[in-house]
Amino acid sequence: MSKRSHRYGLIGLTLVVALAPLGFRNAYFYDVATNAMIQAVVCVGLNLLIGYAGQISLGHAGFFALGAYGSAILTSRYGLPSLAALAVSAAAVGGLAFLIGRPILKLAGHTLAMATLGIGIIIHIVLKTESWLTGGPDGMAVDTFTVFGLAVDGDRAWYWVCGGLLVIAVWLSCNLVNSPVGRALRAVHGSEVAAQVAGIDTAGTKVLVFVVSAVFASLAGGVFAHKSGMVTPDIGGFFHSIELVTMVVLGGMASAFGAVAGAVILTLLPQFLAGFEDYEAVVLGAVMMGTMIFLPKGLLPSLKAQVKRRMGA
Amino acid sequence: MAAQLLQFLFAGLTSGAIYALAGLGFAIIYNASGVINFAQGEFIMIGGMAAATLTASGMPLPLAALVAVAGTMLVGMALEKLAIEPARDSDTVSVIIITIGASIFLRGLAQLAWGKGFHTLPAFSGEVPLAVLGASLMPQSLWVLGVSLAVIVLLWWFFNRTLFGKAMLATSHNRLAAELVGIAAKRVLLAAFALSALLGAVGGVVVAPITFANTEAGIMLGLKGFAAAVLGGLGNGFGAIVGGLAVGVAEALAAGTLSSAYKDAIAFIIILAVLIFRPQGIFGRKKVDRV
Repeated sequence: MSKRSHRYGLIGLTLVVALAPLGFRNAYFYDVATNAMIQAVVCVGLNLLIGYAGQISLGHAGFFALGAYGSAILTSRYGLPSLAALAVSAAAVGGLAFLIGRPILKLAGHTLAMATLGIGIIIHIVLKTESWLTGGPDGMAVDTFTVFGLAVDGDRAWYWVCGGLLVIAVWLSCNLVNSPVGRALRAVHGSEVAAQVAGIDTAGTKVLVFVVSAVFASLAGGVFAHKSGMVTPDIGGFFHSIELVTMVVLGGMASAFGAVAGAVILTLLPQFLAGFEDYEAVVLGAVMMGTMIFLPKGLLPSLKAQVKRRMGA
Repeated sequence: MAAQLLQFLFAGLTSGAIYALAGLGFAIIYNASGVINFAQGEFIMIGGMAAATLTASGMPLPLAALVAVAGTMLVGMALEKLAIEPARDSDTVSVIIITIGASIFLRGLAQLAWGKGFHTLPAFSGEVPLAVLGASLMPQSLWVLGVSLAVIVLLWWFFNRTLFGKAMLATSHNRLAAELVGIAAKRVLLAAFALSALLGAVGGVVVAPITFANTEAGIMLGLKGFAAAVLGGLGNGFGAIVGGLAVGVAEALAAGTLSSAYKDAIAFIIILAVLIFRPQGIFGRKKVDRV
């Protein structure tokens, strides 16, 4: 995508975030929309890894959960201010991603999927087991988010905070993609050997984007913890990791806006199935298979191609 | 101490045998198509659940087991025809999403059909433990080990002594060359899914009396089977068996001597350690990229 279409997309996204509440009938709408935007922030980061660098991660929910628990533990047990806790957790998760990213990103394809899946599951089990710190399987309560004495409270306030975060996340991602790093990423995706021959530090580039995506996930996790007032280990489970990857791929890889669309669709899906909860898994599975079979490039790119064809005809 | 170690060994080999069967299932499909089938664990679940519910409704055990395995094979073939074949040319990530979607879909269907509760299958030959060198061995563990061994021997015979088995091996080595000598690669792919479903379902039936059957049971079993397959070297059948047994025994030892809470983490800690130092797995050949 060119710089100009990025700018239009960003303006469009800001407008959608700003105007969407006009259609919200009650606090519940705000809550669901906020959840969708938090997932979207993770997906925008994950999309850099999957869509641009072409590397898979089946363990990003682990980073999300570490960010959430980091914020929860640092504020409630150690009395750190909310923002500081968010920053410390993100830095720690980034550091962890850097340490494991070096050896792991040498792997490719299915072995990389295995390794990232393993990391996610190990994090999940640790969170579930170390109950002295995390509250165990039941989770723990999280304090209200306060910035300079101002408490962020209520569904409306959280909507605007997360909306702002999402726009910033997409803006950062677009900037990264249009930078030399972004071009290096696409080269790695095209052919790693060719990129290496052209003088790109492929290992360093992959680790960098892995760290960036982990930091995005951690920040979103911290915000999610404060917003929900409660964290449980399941936010770091294998299933959540799968959901995140599905959101990215569903919306359309290699497009931050596709990742946002995927996150929104998959978060809204259970809302449409209210009353048919028993069928939720069947429908989710069918949606995952159906999109990949019939729209292998994801929703947004496939729609775009359709529109282009119509306009051309 | 020795008796206790033996006890852990029995427990480890029993669950290891199931991981080995699942790992073999991963390897067979991977060899035939380059696909990692994340729904492998659901084959184990369907086999166990079907056998448990059928016997509970009065069907004799051998018949119930047969129906369960045959039914699971049909599910495997349907999966290949409806979801994998249409996406032949998709990239790795898309196919991973498809098989994970299939696993969620199958689990959802199973929940609708059988509910979320636990189902029990009576042990095949009683619950009186045998005393072996001071450790006790459940007869069902012998069933698991014996049946797994029999299946593995049959599989070896199939791949090395029958024409169709050899055709499958040939396809896994070089698909184009196999097609050129007249092997129907599509049939091979279908057979690979049927065979993997059979391996999973057999494992599910024999292990159900030990673990109880539940619609969620397939997730961890499947993931550990994947770990076993990667540990031994993806696509290497012998490696998958060794990997499965190694994961099972390590898990039982760690649960018994270190911490039972981290039992499920052991497989993944081992696999990470191995992948960092030997990315191709223990018995895998090093991959060389052609530029």
